[in-house]
Amino acid sequence: MQIINIAKKELKDYFISPIAYIVISIFLLLIGWFFFSTFFLMHQANMRNFFNLLPPIFSFVIPAVTMRLFSEEINVGSYETLLTLPVTFNDIIIGKFLAGVLFIGAMLLSTITYPVIISLLGDLDWGPVIGGYLGGLLLGAAFTAIGIFASSLTRNQIIAFIIGTVICFGLTLVNNMLFLFPDFMLKTIAYFGATTHFENIAKGIVDSRDILYFFSVMIIGLYGANLAMQEKN
Amino acid sequence: MIHVEDLSKYYGDFCAVDKISFDIEKGGIMGLLGPNGAGKTTTLRMLTGYFRPSSGTIRIKDYSIDDEILAIKKLIGYLPESAPLYHNMLVYDYLKYISDIRGLDKDKSRRRIWELVDLCSLDQIMHKSIDELSKGLKQRVGLAHAMMDDPEILVLDEPTSGLDPNQIVEIRDIIKEIGKEKTVILSTHILSEAEATCDRLVIINKGKIVADDTTKALKQRADEEYTLHLLIKQANRVEAEKCLTGITGVKQIQGNEIPKDNTVSLRLTCSSQHDSRADVYAAIKKTDWDLLEFYRETESLENIFRELTTEV
Repeated sequence: MQIINIAKKELKDYFISPIAYIVISIFLLLIGWFFFSTFFLMHQANMRNFFNLLPPIFSFVIPAVTMRLFSEEINVGSYETLLTLPVTFNDIIIGKFLAGVLFIGAMLLSTITYPVIISLLGDLDWGPVIGGYLGGLLLGAAFTAIGIFASSLTRNQIIAFIIGTVICFGLTLVNNMLFLFPDFMLKTIAYFGATTHFENIAKGIVDSRDILYFFSVMIIGLYGANLAMQEKN
Repeated sequence: MIHVEDLSKYYGDFCAVDKISFDIEKGGIMGLLGPNGAGKTTTLRMLTGYFRPSSGTIRIKDYSIDDEILAIKKLIGYLPESAPLYHNMLVYDYLKYISDIRGLDKDKSRRRIWELVDLCSLDQIMHKSIDELSKGLKQRVGLAHAMMDDPEILVLDEPTSGLDPNQIVEIRDIIKEIGKEKTVILSTHILSEAEATCDRLVIINKGKIVADDTTKALKQRADEEYTLHLLIKQANRVEAEKCLTGITGVKQIQGNEIPKDNTVSLRLTCSSQHDSRADVYAAIKKTDWDLLEFYRETESLENIFRELTTEV
């Protein structure tokens, strides 16, 4: 119940202030531009390029969304007010996480016009599209958890943003950086990359290993935030 | 009601609160007094569950702060120093949010919010965003926030700091009103305020309790001596001091000559057992000096506070 109260409040905050509209506009502008600039040259009615763009764009859009969740409270001092209300650390963390995920969901939902338009232009295979959106939501949730962890570390929103972006970009790029690592580590390192797990789901193959990966990242991120909160009192 | 034993808090090596113990009974207003940095806020933060104590125990009713912190948080309404509220929310939205978190149902929440609007006179600002409010108004919203669930224990950290005199009186009246039924703990470094509002005072300095008594008892302790202040023209210091020594009750004379005006200012420390004022006046009357000023300094807790909290 407390989780829902907190999530509701945070979600309201996003949409009452200009943050939501600015972030969603930037997201649509970027992804729309990159996707449609090549879409008509390819002559293919699919969304693969759209989904390939999600990990890098999420890597900096999501930390921008989540950076305020803890840092602002710590900076303003309302963190103290919040912690002396009858709520637990986990209520707060999960409430804020839920608000972040719902926001990402709303952001993704605003691109639903793309597959609708494309399905009018050609024969769109809906399987990968549904998989892509599911993967996008999982990826977004994982990055939100990382962003919340980054935000819980500092009272400075800019530092929170940078920490979040670095971790998310790291997870996004690790699959392209494999040549840097020695052979015997490749398999392990490759498993850490978010991109391959996301691409698997976006192809329409929903494998428990990929889902497990995203849930692990979420749990680790949120647990990290919990530790950071405990450290503070 | 509240039982605190050997409570300590360290920030790294720095000891902010050093093994303090006290008990608070139900009802009444307790003032936590001390100079800046004495550990008032830290103590309150531990009581409200914001900080975890480094050592020691806090028990509130039958709950221990280690195991049942949520139950304790439900009992306590807390207003942190300078009322840090969500500045982007409207006052009404904020109060509604707090009532949701406090678990008030729809009817009760509505009723309670309007009660608090009356009590803290918020009716003019319900539609305003919190960051538009002046400090005093914000403080009142904070007070409403703390009292939302009609808590048994109300903890207020410097509730009147930064307010104008009228607002101070208003807030003080509200606190006194609440103190009739509930247990109120407030911290302050303004002595007159503590004297006016609190039934009991705990004075802390450098993390330690240096005095813990009812306001009345502490005042009596402070009243053992009083000071008379005189300003005399046409006299010199030595003569004036000579003239006044030997009067019953006068313990000490401190003279100070002001040559520019040809005056002497005198401070007489007198024992409370004897009212020496008439005798002092009689002694002056015998001379041909002009008595310009003659008054008894209203000494309250200030002396005792200074005595307890400054290093000798």
